[in-house]
Amino acid sequence: MIYLDHASTTPVEKKVLDQMLPYFSEKFHNPSSLYAGALEARRAIEKSRKKIADFLNCSPDEIIFTSGGTESNNLAILGITQNLKFKGKPHIVTSAIEHPSVLNPCRELEKKGFEVSYVLPNSQGIVEATAISKLLKKSTVLVSLMYANNEVGTIQPVAQVGKIIKKFNKKNNCQIVFHTDACQAASYLDMNEKKLGVDLLTINGSKVYGPKGVGALFVKRGIDISPIIFGGGQEEGLRSGTLNTPLIVGLGAAIELINPKKTQKERLLRDLLIDGLLEISASRLNGSRLSRLANNVNISFDAVEGESAVLYLDRAGIACSTGSACSSKSLEPSHVLLSMGLSEERAHCSLRFTLGRKTTKMEICKTISEVKKTVEKLRKISAL
Amino acid sequence: MSKDDIKEDRLDGWIYSKIVEDHFFNPRNVLLDDQKEGDFDAIGVIGSPACGDVMKVYLKIRDDIIMDFKWKTFGCASAIASTSVLSEMVVGKSIEEAYKIGARQIIEVLGGLPPKKIHCSIMGDRALRLAIDDYKERNRS
Repeated sequence: MIYLDHASTTPVEKKVLDQMLPYFSEKFHNPSSLYAGALEARRAIEKSRKKIADFLNCSPDEIIFTSGGTESNNLAILGITQNLKFKGKPHIVTSAIEHPSVLNPCRELEKKGFEVSYVLPNSQGIVEATAISKLLKKSTVLVSLMYANNEVGTIQPVAQVGKIIKKFNKKNNCQIVFHTDACQAASYLDMNEKKLGVDLLTINGSKVYGPKGVGALFVKRGIDISPIIFGGGQEEGLRSGTLNTPLIVGLGAAIELINPKKTQKERLLRDLLIDGLLEISASRLNGSRLSRLANNVNISFDAVEGESAVLYLDRAGIACSTGSACSSKSLEPSHVLLSMGLSEERAHCSLRFTLGRKTTKMEICKTISEVKKTVEKLRKISAL
Repeated sequence: MSKDDIKEDRLDGWIYSKIVEDHFFNPRNVLLDDQKEGDFDAIGVIGSPACGDVMKVYLKIRDDIIMDFKWKTFGCASAIASTSVLSEMVVGKSIEEAYKIGARQIIEVLGGLPPKKIHCSIMGDRALRLAIDDYKERNRS
């Protein structure tokens, strides 16, 4: 199978798996206990925490382990807004193209009386920093902007927004907290938290060749955040629950293997795929070509419904995804494509291919020819 | 919609029945390249591109019997499969019989559909009825 759905999830690298394995049955001890075995587990966890801290250029005590990207995003948004000393109607700014694990906690807060601004991206799938800047006010308590979009791979101006917020806070004596969901970006972009100017940052294992079910939230020292899970008080009380040593070790190992300099091959193959697919008539690239992750291709083919195309390609041995409503749980087409101003029809006709470390040129060439065949077949039976 | 309409989970994990799979990958009676709308006695169109499903049904009718059913569908696997299976169900039937075919019958012949895909099959029979209405309209004297 040619796997081109790495934005959905990545395989666990062999080197990562090897480091995880001893912590399932041999070194299984509860890292919070006192005996020697437990100490070994504790050390492995702290080693992993240090690796992630080095990766983000922060201090290890600023890393909280969670069960994944969804929990990290929930902890960031709900944790910041839980015990506000703020009087009046608190305001949150986020974008319309966030992952559901950011959008849905925000919608929950709206029900509880928060005001939430969902900033639309431009037609290229980029949220402009000035659009966020305009919305900041004294009642704003949180800004959450993803680093790179999961559907169209567009890179958002996080560092620029970070600067704007700092300036606004200083000028108005406010404490707007800035969060970024960097799950998709982690393998490809500069993750130095100081350069980004963020207070909270989400990463997870499942998108960086680590295990699923583990993530981390960077919480800048001094940021007042409350837990959303209560129990034994692990992770400085911010995330109760027995620490999952093998998964945490896996996350650290995966993060350590990240090297953005090695993504040039993916970028070249991505361009080969984009150019090859755009040769097909009535095809259009969705999202900016320039400000785009090195592994993302999102293209619409007129009159070709996405779910049908994904299933035809699956039969041809190619795994990809679509923004069509038919494949979603909600029966609504992609909120990301619609908020960019694309028609519903074009959103139904979108296909996403996301490349990975092991993607080869041969796979890309095969994909181009199979997509051509699929588009031809489905256009033949299409009523449009 | 009763529980019977919902297909049982396939052991291989595919969300559609074997019959849907077969009709989806090997659609029957698709309108051929060289056929024109004028070759047919009636046409029915339903759906909208914005909703992700559009079905077009082309009929040849002699003495109120459906002699030929050709179609084109823009949509997901269940939309394509349900138009294809419908095309096999109606040829040889009188227009009165064909008019009575409902979504439930289509779903039965397809071996069930996932619950959220039921609406796709409902569209096929509506397109067929629209085509029959079109035929009656054209032949009103």
